[in-house]
Amino acid sequence: MDLLETQPAPEDGRGEDALVEALRMGDESEFAALVRRLGGPMLRVATSICGDRVVGEDVVQETWVAVVKGLDGFEGRSTLKTWIFSVLVRRAASAVEREGRSVPFTALASAEVEAGESPVEIERFLPADHARWPHHWASPPRPWGPSEQLGSAEVRREIESAVEDLARMQRAVITLRDLTGFTAAETCRLLEMTEGNQRVLLHRARSRVRRRLERYFAGEQR
Amino acid sequence: MSARAALTCLEMVELVTGYVEGTLVEDERHRFDAHVSHCPDCLTYVEQMRLTIDALGSVPPESISAGAERALLRAFRDWTREERGNATDPGPRRGI
Repeated sequence: MDLLETQPAPEDGRGEDALVEALRMGDESEFAALVRRLGGPMLRVATSICGDRVVGEDVVQETWVAVVKGLDGFEGRSTLKTWIFSVLVRRAASAVEREGRSVPFTALASAEVEAGESPVEIERFLPADHARWPHHWASPPRPWGPSEQLGSAEVRREIESAVEDLARMQRAVITLRDLTGFTAAETCRLLEMTEGNQRVLLHRARSRVRRRLERYFAGEQR
Repeated sequence: MSARAALTCLEMVELVTGYVEGTLVEDERHRFDAHVSHCPDCLTYVEQMRLTIDALGSVPPESISAGAERALLRAFRDWTREERGNATDPGPRRGI
């Protein structure tokens, strides 16, 4: 699941200390490997928060500057990856605040959560006063069979488009959790949000992506 | 079975993330299991949520462009030279 861990990398312990030391000494090949490993996921996370690819690219660039200049201050209390992403998220949050919104970044999650949203259209359930099956499915989900090619390039594009269309904080949470592989606790720390808000936003985001896939597969059948 | 009313499908779609994440309290989890064990539609729904999560996890990020990587490497060279310069250079060199 964790895309960041799919390539062999010194993630912890002595391996990571050695990597940090090499970077401090100006080891270019280690830096290049780190950029290749984290660059893509960083751009995706920054873009999800900023809602704009070009702003995301600037944030990634700023982050590398800050990381290289801040390496001496890195104390290894978190992994290098988590530290780099915390710098990235802070920069992305500042970019969002610079857009001229009156709301501070950390207030955005609560605002989205309070807006309310149901994971499935209410019309798909029987009414509350139904004699036999109140609030049971009226229009249940049709099982996805082997013909529903979840791994196909087209489905991937549909998923990316569904994620892009989410509200900002839903998009940020699902990108950190499901696309990048951060845990719930790490995501809460990075986005400075409560565990409850994180879960609600993840729930709505996943529910929306499922609905998009359902509609996509239903359209294909026609 | 719990003494509380059985879960409805509408409640199930709200609890599914807590179920998949393992954050439901025991009583809720029992009610969830009890409902899904005799509701094939909700079983399908839970399965689709799992498939959705797996599909999200298998979308690879774009890799950083070769040009951007080269620019970063050049910058890294400059930054580290600057840093080392600052750390070791005590001031204007005397002619050696």
